[in-house]
Amino acid sequence: MTEVLEEKTTKLVNLTIDNLEITAPEGTLIVDAAKLAGIDIPVFCYHPKMEPVGMCRMCLVDVGMPMRDRDTGETIMEKGKPKIQFGRELQTGCTVSVSEGMVVVGYTEKVKKGRQDILEFLLSSHPLDCPICDKGGECPLQNLTIGYGSGESRFDLEEKQHLAKHVPLGDLIWLDRERCIQCARCTRFQDEIVDQPVIGFQNRGRKLQIVTFSEPGFDSYWSGNTSDICPVGALTTADFRFGARPWEMQASASVCNQCSVNCNITFNTRREAKSGGDLVIKRAMPRQNEEVNEVWLCDKGRFAYTSVKKDDRLTQPLIREGETLVETTWEKALDLVAEKAKEAGKEMVSLVGGRLSNEDYFNINQLTAHLGGKSLLNSEMAGGDLVSQVGLGTGSNIADMGQGDAILIVASDLEEEAPLFWLRVKQAAERGAEVIIANARETRADRFAKYKIRIAFGQETAVILSMAGAKEGIAVEFLADDAKVKAAAKVFSEANNAVIYYGSDGLGLSGSEELSKACAFLLSETKHTGRPNNGLVAVWNKANLQGAWDMGFRPSETLAADLKNAKFAYVVGNDPASKDILEKSLKDTDFVVVQDVRLSETAEIADVVLPAQVYTEREGTYTSAERRVQRFYPAVPAPEMTKPDYKITAKIAKRLDLSLEKIAASLVFLDLAEKVADYAELDYVRLAEVTEQWPIIGRDDLFYGGTSYQNTQGLGKQISPAIETETIKYEAFVPSVLSKKDEFLAVPVTTLYDRGSTMLSSEVLQPRIADPYVILNTADAEKLGVEAGVQISVKLNGKTANVTAKLDDSLAKGIVLVPRSMGIPISDPGSITIKAK
Amino acid sequence: MANFERFNPIPILKGLYTTFHSTFFEPVVTVQYPEEKRPVSKRFRGRHHLRRYDNGLEKCIGCALCAAACPADAIFVEASENNDDVRFSPGERYASTYEINMMRCIFCGYCEDACPTQAIELGDQYELSFTERVQAIYTRDMLLDTVDELEKATPRKVEPGAFDRSIPMMENPD
Ligand code: SF4
Ligand code: SF4
Ligand code: FES
Repeated sequence: MTEVLEEKTTKLVNLTIDNLEITAPEGTLIVDAAKLAGIDIPVFCYHPKMEPVGMCRMCLVDVGMPMRDRDTGETIMEKGKPKIQFGRELQTGCTVSVSEGMVVVGYTEKVKKGRQDILEFLLSSHPLDCPICDKGGECPLQNLTIGYGSGESRFDLEEKQHLAKHVPLGDLIWLDRERCIQCARCTRFQDEIVDQPVIGFQNRGRKLQIVTFSEPGFDSYWSGNTSDICPVGALTTADFRFGARPWEMQASASVCNQCSVNCNITFNTRREAKSGGDLVIKRAMPRQNEEVNEVWLCDKGRFAYTSVKKDDRLTQPLIREGETLVETTWEKALDLVAEKAKEAGKEMVSLVGGRLSNEDYFNINQLTAHLGGKSLLNSEMAGGDLVSQVGLGTGSNIADMGQGDAILIVASDLEEEAPLFWLRVKQAAERGAEVIIANARETRADRFAKYKIRIAFGQETAVILSMAGAKEGIAVEFLADDAKVKAAAKVFSEANNAVIYYGSDGLGLSGSEELSKACAFLLSETKHTGRPNNGLVAVWNKANLQGAWDMGFRPSETLAADLKNAKFAYVVGNDPASKDILEKSLKDTDFVVVQDVRLSETAEIADVVLPAQVYTEREGTYTSAERRVQRFYPAVPAPEMTKPDYKITAKIAKRLDLSLEKIAASLVFLDLAEKVADYAELDYVRLAEVTEQWPIIGRDDLFYGGTSYQNTQGLGKQISPAIETETIKYEAFVPSVLSKKDEFLAVPVTTLYDRGSTMLSSEVLQPRIADPYVILNTADAEKLGVEAGVQISVKLNGKTANVTAKLDDSLAKGIVLVPRSMGIPISDPGSITIKAK
Repeated sequence: MANFERFNPIPILKGLYTTFHSTFFEPVVTVQYPEEKRPVSKRFRGRHHLRRYDNGLEKCIGCALCAAACPADAIFVEASENNDDVRFSPGERYASTYEINMMRCIFCGYCEDACPTQAIELGDQYELSFTERVQAIYTRDMLLDTVDELEKATPRKVEPGAFDRSIPMMENPD
């Protein structure tokens, strides 16, 4: 286990903690060294992911050093052992680092007394309302009081402070002022870890209080994490208030499906009276995976489970009879689907969304191939094929990147598109990695970027190509002698390791495809491929788009025509009809089968609707943007008549004389591993393997790292890119330039809190959703006579909508940012008309 | 004749005497159950009650410690949040679901011991018989003490801010 720390410093020192002789890397804090050796030193304010501050004094220990002769500097020996001199006062183990010959003692009366006194102080105004406290049962203060407290207090009960117990810090976090022990873990997290100090301390001494400075309160995507690391029940999450006692819940491992980071999650479940006695998810907690999400989650991922409702689920196969859909049996529905699929043969298409599991994609693709149809992906981002060639090398871990390494972010608002990637890149920057940003507008990642290349929308590909020094046939003159680009290109090519994150900021499908090619080319030109911590990451906007690409699905530029010309459309896990143009073409498709969990707009116009299962109800795997394959497990039982997607597909296939695995996801995966080369070495057992992780979190020691869960069900496996054998050839192409005939150019951007179905159907997240808006340049707005926050009317793709105007100085003139899934459908950059009201 | 010699009336008379004595001179110990019922001992543990404060508010805070203490896993509690418009208990939290499965319960009284507010108490009632399993599940409404005045019923609207402590400190809040 020590290797983890050893990497950082090579020199080891010998010391004794509680009579145990141990070796630890120089510079390790006493509390960490003790933890590594299996000795607990109680802490409140210290957290292994943050700098020590020594605020609570709970970690008191007696520290002794070998005595030295003043003249000679020799160690003074006594009975053949170095003579140890202890300090007069106790010291805080979280602020002192280990040194050679040190002796740390935590069991003497003096230490015990010291810790007892600290606890007595901490409890002097604590309400002791453990019976109703959500932290009760997993509370560091409770546990350490039982372990180290005296059980008595000399303070007068009447003098306890009474403070507000019910303070909404924001929409997602409630504060109980009485319970706070002023450890500053929450404020330091917001400041140090996520660089968003929207909460802080006010006043001093006993009057000290946590307050929020932002409007709306606690305006951060990361607020839920403060509740995990708060060592008391002062910060509780809105979804779980009084939801259950911790010991009453079962834990089941899962993977977040809100973005392509695929954070590891644990769902806590319990039977619930208002759900008719069903097992339901009560809360989602981070599950430690130091290579993915460490011990953090973003708020969208944490609260997304609240959007799954029992009553809007599809529970029965439906079949069209005239104008209406009527319930039918599985047999009848599947027979009809198979019959129509057979008739259509080659003229069938499968259209899948980005949140199915690899097993589902695999079976659907097999079925489609069997019929000779097309496997299409409903996505506006491309490049998955290149990621499988030049993606991150096996063994990559962004946490290993630092000094001498470079990370390039292009066309991505990383925090909005994939919050945890943003966090990991930020930390790499703090360790010394050079972050280069090529974006057309300011994002939160600019704050830690060393090189900020401000491009115009549409120049993404050109800037990457000019960094790669490509000559032939590329119009890159306008950037060629930009000193910043040159400097960044130099840093990038000279870096020991380099990673590119490309996103979809301002890009449609064709733009994205060009950009991915340019990025792959740059990596291959600079030899940043095929090695750990080198390669391409596509910041997908859906959880398993990489898996879909790996299983053979491709987005189509001509999707509307493809659907229109198809005799049979098999639409799984996506809702094309929510876009007007696709709805029109679907109406021309002869036969539409929808396989989904809710009655989507597409389902409403379908001929047959098949009820599938939500990912929390079944097993499967996802492949993250870093190409890590991870398993998720069933947390709650599925509605009786529903089936997992891979099984439905297999049942259709059987009627078409194709035998596909349907019994279990693990068996489908075996088939998949046989047929998809990159997955060849994987199986469910290997994906469930875990190795020791540092820091040690989520066992009995909730006081050390918070209430995150220990990972016992698998860290997943990263699959290797093909480039270890091939090189990327450069195909000369002229990047398409955005034409700006009209006054305003609308470009699609991503915002985490959009108006998608997850956000809209979750009562917890709803208050965080903004009204539909667009962002204008301040000067443009002035010209139009538009002020920030007023309603304007916009016309895009023939559709008019009323939206709020937001202003941004950093934006180029003539550009209008239109967030995706925010009320105005947008897939590609295009012209927009704006009218003030 | 030999037979006559062996006949000894003494034991029969002794027996008749006992009958005679206990019938006319000893107190009656049998009771005519179910018309008559024997009083139970002070520490008797029968069917549970959920108690109220004098002002009618419910003592239970929905902490589920009773359920945690129960060796037979007979208790199911689910909590919800109070507010001044819809108030059940003086604190922030009350039991919105409270069920005891009397068929599981072994009447050990651990729930009583675990309860921080003395909300759950085992009473005198021992006549628990059911013809269907579901009848054995005593819900919150069956367990809660009834109130005699309407204004003491819960939930009710109270003065804003009157009950701001999470667990009432006082024996009987007004
Ligand atoms: S709210 Fe919790 S984490 Fe924040 S200072 Fe208080 S005790 Fe510490
Ligand atoms: S009866 Fe007592 S122990 Fe049980 S939930 Fe209510 S307050 Fe808690
Ligand atoms: S002072 Fe060391 S843990 Fe708080």
